Amino acid sequence: MITPTINDLVIRFANTNGTGSASANNMFAKAIMRMGVPVSAKNIFPSNIQGAPTWYEVRINENNFLGRRGGKADIIVAMNAQSFNADINDVTNGGYLLYDSSKQLPEHLIKENINFLGIPISAMCLKEYQNPRQRQLFKNVIYVGALAALFDIEFDVLKTLVGDQFKGKQKLITPNIYALELGYQYAKNHFTCPLPIKVERRDLIGNQIMVDGNTGCGLGAVYGGATVVGWYPITPSTSVIEKFASYCERLRIDPASGKKNFAIVQAEDELAAIGMAIGAGWNGARGFTATSGPGISLMSEFLGLAYFAEIPVVLMNVQRAGPSTGMPTRTQQSDILACAYASHGDTKHILLFPDSPSECFELSALAFDLADRIQTPVIIMSDLDLGMNEHLSKPFIWNDKQKYDHGKILSMRELDELEHFGRYQDIDGDGICYRTVAGTHPKKGAFFTRGTSRNRDAVYSEKSADYVDNMQRLERKFATAAKLVPKAEICSGIKNAKIGLVYYGTSSQAMLETKHLLQDQGVPVDLMRIKAFPFDNEIEKFITEHQQIFLIEQNRDAQMRTLLCTELVLDPNTIQSILCFDGLALTAKQVVDDINDVLAQQSPEQEVG
Amino acid sequence: MSFAKSKFHHKNLPVNDLGLTYRDYEGAISTLCAGCGHDSISAAIVHACAELSIEPHKIAKMSGIGCSSKAPNYFLNNSHGFNTVHGRMPSVTTGANLANKDLTYLAMSGDGDSASIGLGQFAHVVRRQLNMVYMVANNGVYGLTKGQLAATSDRGVKNKIGDTSLFNDIDLCVMALQLGASFVARCFSGDKNQLIPIIKAAIAHQGFAFIDIISPCVTFNNHPGSTRSYDYVQEHVTARAVTDFVPIKEEINHEVPEGKFEDVCLHDGSIMRIHKLDANYDTTDRFKALQDVERHKAKGEILTGLLHLDPTAQHYHELNNTTDTPLNQIKQDLLCPGERVLSTINDSFR
Repeated sequence: MITPTINDLVIRFANTNGTGSASANNMFAKAIMRMGVPVSAKNIFPSNIQGAPTWYEVRINENNFLGRRGGKADIIVAMNAQSFNADINDVTNGGYLLYDSSKQLPEHLIKENINFLGIPISAMCLKEYQNPRQRQLFKNVIYVGALAALFDIEFDVLKTLVGDQFKGKQKLITPNIYALELGYQYAKNHFTCPLPIKVERRDLIGNQIMVDGNTGCGLGAVYGGATVVGWYPITPSTSVIEKFASYCERLRIDPASGKKNFAIVQAEDELAAIGMAIGAGWNGARGFTATSGPGISLMSEFLGLAYFAEIPVVLMNVQRAGPSTGMPTRTQQSDILACAYASHGDTKHILLFPDSPSECFELSALAFDLADRIQTPVIIMSDLDLGMNEHLSKPFIWNDKQKYDHGKILSMRELDELEHFGRYQDIDGDGICYRTVAGTHPKKGAFFTRGTSRNRDAVYSEKSADYVDNMQRLERKFATAAKLVPKAEICSGIKNAKIGLVYYGTSSQAMLETKHLLQDQGVPVDLMRIKAFPFDNEIEKFITEHQQIFLIEQNRDAQMRTLLCTELVLDPNTIQSILCFDGLALTAKQVVDDINDVLAQQSPEQEVG
Repeated sequence: MSFAKSKFHHKNLPVNDLGLTYRDYEGAISTLCAGCGHDSISAAIVHACAELSIEPHKIAKMSGIGCSSKAPNYFLNNSHGFNTVHGRMPSVTTGANLANKDLTYLAMSGDGDSASIGLGQFAHVVRRQLNMVYMVANNGVYGLTKGQLAATSDRGVKNKIGDTSLFNDIDLCVMALQLGASFVARCFSGDKNQLIPIIKAAIAHQGFAFIDIISPCVTFNNHPGSTRSYDYVQEHVTARAVTDFVPIKEEINHEVPEGKFEDVCLHDGSIMRIHKLDANYDTTDRFKALQDVERHKAKGEILTGLLHLDPTAQHYHELNNTTDTPLNQIKQDLLCPGERVLSTINDSFR
């Protein structure tokens, strides 16, 4: 008898987009979580609305290895005729293909090395439902029911999920449970259930939640006190604003008047979108926008203005594969340099790199404090994988004792006490000056904000000395910023390892597994996750203290390496790049293979470990 | 370059309701060319704001890039100003206005800034019905880059170095009318009797107010053959009405004579009194205004004055249903839903 594989499998759902499969697939993933078993889900979808193939891949792993496993799937639910042939070839040896057997499978498609699980799903729907839309939708629910039997998923968990999903729409609950039951019974009656790969209840989830990063960013902006949004729709950032809007509609309506404590404008383009956010920041409200690659290019001129005129603004960049339109529905971390130095002239911007939905929330809320404190743009560097896929994550955390830090903004009373106000006087020596907003004081504090050079009193000046003085102060301000942004997260191994792995953002999902795989082959590694730019001191220390550094990035040009080497004045040879830029989320296998290749090329004397 | 301006003034200068003279509304010394039409606009703004007794710190001066956009430095020194990027003043003003709806937004733009690089932003801020005064200092030429043709230049005219404008001009008043601006006027910077009351009315108007101000460029577009020179404009300007602005506090003593006068009550209770020169004149008829502008243009005339006014139109914050407190003044306790709500939200993701 085969020893069953428990809580370690990859299942891929092959669907056609626009057929309502997403919510059924999501229900499947959530059921695993509710059984206390770690799970991750990734949507691989085309830039299309209806009719093209889409895949949803779920990895179940009780060791918390939740990055993409890569390679073939243990089981594929093949619901899309268009991708059927390819899907058959994507099943592991001895794996399973669940398919709609309403029509007989042509002989030539049958393969010996995989198991075919045929369920006449269309025929069942045709018999059970009259409405064509229902016939389509319940197909998805039927296969989820069948999977419950095949994997030994507790049926009650699914029933509760249906109840939660259709709360307030009681009429939908019974037919959904009925469809689950149809699939469940069919599988029980026709196959040996459960399969040798199965799910077993554990208690490994704790208080974690399962949510996408864009929800974290949108909600973080609500908690961070954002009131003004200008935005322009672009995948994969659109849902940041949609979530912000929907939480505002729930949580930001004045109870007495029914009026909005927020204003959201869908702008004519990305230029206007960030222009609005900057206008709000100039006037003392917290404004933000969200975009992706092409939007960053369009916003660059304005980012330079905000940097030079010192206006707080938050920009959420949900990165996708570029350049140009690139692969708009695939993930990448390829805007690092474009964002760090966005705009003409000497500019530098604060970047924050969240790696989970919980951190999307935390860093988004923090970004508004940092922008106000440092009076400059703060860019959240999310990506499509983080933003649009649901991830198992720590819960969103907020402490009611946290008070917004509006930074050095003068009140009427403070202006009264002031003998002289000069907008660009560096009184505290940290490069950050005191600012005022319109309407504060009848006689004091007015000044003219401009992108052109000016002296410390905000008076237009083309004197070289004034210009240099200002640019040097901005540099001082950026050095102050390095002390205010989140520190890198360092995780040292059991003994002092000679190899350090450096990464940022979503690459962290593959790192736990990477570390274990390397450890298993006798290569201990320390880990460092960069959380922000400008870089804190710990980052340089970690890099110089390790004999060998691998920097893992999801772009072609090793952009973070360029940034590190430039900013910390490092020899580029001290950092070896592991690069993945195929548009899919990083896999531990890829990282380990690449590291092994490098190690194998080193002569024995050079070898470290 | 900015020079210190003398604060000295005649002790008998009239003061407004706030005890301020018009000198309290002035700005830095202008560095524009001597005789620039834009300086007359600055002066008109100074007088309009002083006479309306607006607190200077409750005004925000917004601009893009160009000679026109430098102008806000030359009026209202006690107001905050923002000289943004080329063609993008409307979006920044939108954000500023969303943040604080209680300020008066006086925006200065030019023909390059609004009719070329910023045409998209111009169109969309009109659509948005932002409560602001949008003034274009229109001289049909690029001044700061030394004399290139602007999109508002009339077809067939030559610039100073002899380049001919081959294409149709863009008439921003026609666009504003078509896009639904609730206040549209065209003025000549050289006629302060027309300009000041119209600026005052535009400020009193709650909604999007657009004023296209023909403002000749003495250096690059004042030559024979230009249709934006002082001489040409003075010879070809025509008006359908003379507008006067009666502030809320002043009682109107005279009966309005039948037919020739029309009083329009603005949001704050002030009155725009219109002395009709043309009996068919009707401020509320947007379609007629469109026709009139085009017909005069066909005759080679520049129609000026108030072209259209809809005092009943709703502005952005009314359309958005924004709360009464300016958004930049709402405190954390109202903005942040807090820990308890967050734990419920977390539960929805389990």
